[in-house]
Amino acid sequence: MSTSTTMLTTPPTAPDLPTLRIGWLYGQEMNIYGDRGNVLALAHRSRARGFGVTIDAIGIGTPLPRGAHDLYFWGGGQDREQISVSRDLQGEKADVLREAILDDVPVLAICGGYQLLGHGYRPFEGAHLPGVGVLDVTSEAGNVRYIGNVVIDAGDLGTLVGFENHSGRTFLGAGMQPLGTVRVGHGNNGSDGKEGVRFRNVIGCYMHGALLPKNPHLTDWFIARALARSAGLATLPPLDATFEQRAHAGVVQRAQAQAQGKGSRAAG
Amino acid sequence: MITRPDPRLSTAVLASRIVAGGLRRAGRGGGTALPGLIANRIDPRVLDKLAARLPDGVIVVAGTNGKTTTSRMLAQMLETDGRVIAHNRSGSNLVRGVTAALADQVHRAGKRRPTVGVIESDENALPEIVRRTHPRVLLLLNLFRDQLDRYGELETIAAHWRPVIANLPSSTTLIVNADDPNLAALAATTNARVLTFGLNDAGATLDGLPHASDAAICRVCEAPLVYDALFIAHLGAWRCPQCGNARPPLDVSAGQIRVESMERLFMQATRTHGTPQTLDIELTLPGIYNAYNALAALSVASAIGIPDAAVTASLGEFQPAFGRLERVEYHGRTLTLALAKNPTGFNELIRTVASSGWVGPVMIGINDLDADGRDVSWLWDVDFERLADLPNVPHLLTAGMRGDDMAVRMLYAGMPQERIDATAAGRPLADALHHLEQTSHVGDQVMVLLTYTAMLDFRQALAATGAVADFWEQ
Repeated sequence: MSTSTTMLTTPPTAPDLPTLRIGWLYGQEMNIYGDRGNVLALAHRSRARGFGVTIDAIGIGTPLPRGAHDLYFWGGGQDREQISVSRDLQGEKADVLREAILDDVPVLAICGGYQLLGHGYRPFEGAHLPGVGVLDVTSEAGNVRYIGNVVIDAGDLGTLVGFENHSGRTFLGAGMQPLGTVRVGHGNNGSDGKEGVRFRNVIGCYMHGALLPKNPHLTDWFIARALARSAGLATLPPLDATFEQRAHAGVVQRAQAQAQGKGSRAAG
Repeated sequence: MITRPDPRLSTAVLASRIVAGGLRRAGRGGGTALPGLIANRIDPRVLDKLAARLPDGVIVVAGTNGKTTTSRMLAQMLETDGRVIAHNRSGSNLVRGVTAALADQVHRAGKRRPTVGVIESDENALPEIVRRTHPRVLLLLNLFRDQLDRYGELETIAAHWRPVIANLPSSTTLIVNADDPNLAALAATTNARVLTFGLNDAGATLDGLPHASDAAICRVCEAPLVYDALFIAHLGAWRCPQCGNARPPLDVSAGQIRVESMERLFMQATRTHGTPQTLDIELTLPGIYNAYNALAALSVASAIGIPDAAVTASLGEFQPAFGRLERVEYHGRTLTLALAKNPTGFNELIRTVASSGWVGPVMIGINDLDADGRDVSWLWDVDFERLADLPNVPHLLTAGMRGDDMAVRMLYAGMPQERIDATAAGRPLADALHHLEQTSHVGDQVMVLLTYTAMLDFRQALAATGAVADFWEQ
């Protein structure tokens, strides 16, 4: 469990097609609420286009090699695991990650991963957990847990849907741009109506669900950004997303029904 | 047993029964919650008093998976041994449901008066149920990731249980699944008499930790655990390479497990405490998880002196609870209904289906109401890849409020899009039943995997056709 493991290697279906090399940060230690669905979404929508895919899981004690990945994914974890991860981050791993982000490598970070890309997380009890510090955001424990479907308006990224489940509160520094405006749910801190952060090609947010499987346009945005940067891919070929779009629309509908207190048995 | 009159208790019990009877007559889901709430309002100590009136005490069964099945196995063993029991058989396992069940059963007169209670307890309700019923035996089955939006993280449940376990008196027997590192850690802190059970079967191992696994770190020193054998999720013969903490010795163990078909499993159970004995067990249910359930029930039985003959006979005739691989004939199709509540339960069902050489369509119905868990993200922790790879599943139907999420899950698991049918997704389960009939043939075996409220609705649709009885009548 302490070594980097290649979990999947699919070669491209033609020699002129690129390969997406996914680095899955702390996939073993931080994979709660189905966050691995995001990795499966990236892999599926790449392979369905004939692209190659590799997935490396980078765990505690594993070095993070420079330039080895086109995209990083980092999920949420339970408190106990997050302490070990924060400790593991200090030093070279944080440097490599910071350099990659400033070099425009796309990153999707959810919940605990989002918090640890910022300055860190302050729990109710125990020591502050320092993060990578590449995002000017701070997070602290709150006393109410925000649980439920989330719908946000994310500008050029359209509508995004997910499921939040967090007691942490995240606050953005002055120069930071939120990912979107909350339509249903609580978002970063339950007070400013914003959810997530967007910085270069990094998206951090509290949306589990998993996020990408029901937001295929966001999956494609990540694949396009990653491969444009590392393989010079000009445009992403179109791909059917019927099931994904139905799932997306389903969440919008359920979220609005639940927000209006009509979590009724409409479909049951 | 002589009991002093207690007018407040009598009123509470009477009120509970009247309300329950009224709800049943009105066809309102068997009335399993409201009666208990009312009884508690009239006499806040109703549950304590009812439990105290059972001369042979109370057995409490808790854990993420297998509570209902294990309780029913245990109930059958006790009844085969000639005991009269009180049991929250419908699976209503919060304090109010337990109260209603005991109110209904404990106060019976004469020979039908129960002497022992079997209580299935919800994870969150466990501390209160233990505090109020003072169990003679507390059986802990497992702790898996469940519906996390309802219960919080796994660590939270373990922390919630810790003081209860630590404060058990020495008169209580704590029976734990030692294959679960979390439960073994809890058992190490108690004054109660501890009995352990677990598997010793090299033939029933997994290749690696499934994605849904938790607790693979040492509870003493936090180093990653090593498994000499892994049976379900994080259950296995574990040890810590760093501090030497390891699975404790097993008082009752099972091995030689063979799943013969969807309705037959063989295993050998070995008891090293009391009168050492090896028993050949034949069980009417498949799956390693049911081997665990049977072993757990057997461990309790041997701790309270039920003869081995009653144990083996009960397991050999056991009828599954509603929706636990229950078979239903429907217009010439044989439907196997299975309740899938959480990733581990789902993984084990898929493993059981795969190992049985399943031939026929599969339907998966996912709802996201409170009882199902409003968060469906756990679908991404289930290893559906194994189901997508089965050669003899011609098509897979997805249904329920979140049937569309399920369709995406199967697509990403590698099932070709043309074999995934999401027509009935987002529509009532009665429509899904109709669609299932249209897309299958007479003589087909159909596997139907459903979350809790999807199961209730699907069964209601079946009941409307006369194919099954309502669940509270079982």
